[in-house]
Amino acid sequence: MENAFEYLAFSPPGWGGNLLRGLLSTIQIALGAYALGLMLGMGGALGKIYGGPVLRWTLEIYTTLIRAVPELVLILLLYYLGTDLLNTMLEKFGYERMDIDGLWAGIYVIGFVQGAYSTEVFRGAFNAVPSGQIEAARAVGMSSIKAHTRVVIPAMLPFALPGLANLWLITTKDTALLAVVGFSELALETKQAAGATKAYFMFYMAAAFLYLMLTIVSNFVFSYIERYYRRGQPVQG
Amino acid sequence: MEWYWLPEYLPKFAEGLWLTIQLLVLAITFGMAMAIPIGLVQVTGPRPLAWLAKGFCISIRGTPLLIQLWLIYYGVGSLFPSIPGIRESMLWPLLRDAFPYAVVAFSLSVAGYEGEVLRGAFRGVPKGELEAARAIGMSPLKVLFRVWLPRALQNVFPTIAGEFILTLKATPLAATITVFEVYGIGTIVRQETYRIYEPLLFVAAIYLCLTGVLVLFFRYLESRMPRRMAGAG
Repeated sequence: MENAFEYLAFSPPGWGGNLLRGLLSTIQIALGAYALGLMLGMGGALGKIYGGPVLRWTLEIYTTLIRAVPELVLILLLYYLGTDLLNTMLEKFGYERMDIDGLWAGIYVIGFVQGAYSTEVFRGAFNAVPSGQIEAARAVGMSSIKAHTRVVIPAMLPFALPGLANLWLITTKDTALLAVVGFSELALETKQAAGATKAYFMFYMAAAFLYLMLTIVSNFVFSYIERYYRRGQPVQG
Repeated sequence: MEWYWLPEYLPKFAEGLWLTIQLLVLAITFGMAMAIPIGLVQVTGPRPLAWLAKGFCISIRGTPLLIQLWLIYYGVGSLFPSIPGIRESMLWPLLRDAFPYAVVAFSLSVAGYEGEVLRGAFRGVPKGELEAARAIGMSPLKVLFRVWLPRALQNVFPTIAGEFILTLKATPLAATITVFEVYGIGTIVRQETYRIYEPLLFVAAIYLCLTGVLVLFFRYLESRMPRRMAGAG
């Protein structure tokens, strides 16, 4: 056990470099997936509020199904479905079949799942904006789009931020599930390092520590952002 | 879509479903039993205990359950055989099996998340109610079980119900440490039949039903709870 810490060295007999590379791809996948999830969520929330019956029901099925089925099952389903669809399309347009790169596949599957959750967060936040503010914006002659970009969305953000911060933490932790599908990120790098050295306990502790640091740093960033967006609002609690 | 494999594997899925339910119920039971003291010491406990509980909650909530599961099964599990004489002890059959490790990991996870929820819930019970309970002569333990805990649970029940559903959706992770619950059986079917979508869709449908049943069950429980709030009439 006394050489256990040598395993964490950054250069090759040690696996520290691999873990840090894994952490980097975890952060990349999480950032990409979070961004995709936010875009889907914003679109989904606007669609649920202003859309016609067909769009509303489609979105309702999307959010309900995604939120009722385990992430692990969804990740596998979406991965196979995505590659199949992409390859069918590519063949139709006369291109070669291809394998999706792990990074992009991870971003797409996790982002698609996160989209369902952030749809609900945004929808709740939109509903929390007092209707008087929207009417006031329209009354001074703003178009519907301008009223949204200038008033509704900025007023909605403080309500959405706690939920969004939570979703970011869930996203970073969900990326670990990609290890089960075989995408290279922190969890898989750790598994390989632990398997090669048999120092299971130490490597999983090290990975847990890295994830914990990511969470703690994220918490600081989000509390800063929240303070910024809450400026000018009455203090709550 | 081909479903010819389904009748053959249906008994296995039933076993898997039973394992999923056992895992969920055990994790919730042990987890909540730990969550109550973890939440309580953060409100009333001595400083060091409160810090310990706080640190536990942060560590559990800040790391992926998959890593916790692997840490406990591969990490802690790999340390046991080095203890002399453990292979001959009565505990060994239990330590060799993956299911107890899954129960421990999921219980700790539930304890971490619910401990945090209960911390807020204990704090949210109005002081006057606790003072009233003490004033009519209840012992501290009786105050906890007759007034404080019931009132706290009542206030956060919807949150806790939501967390239990998240726990259900995390149970497939147990398949990664060879606990063959519903998702694990689905993996076996995929390997043996080379069908990609059908087993996954079937597994997804089972979880959809389980989630639905749980949601209805919690809604029923919630409707049974007395809701008397001062001023709300």
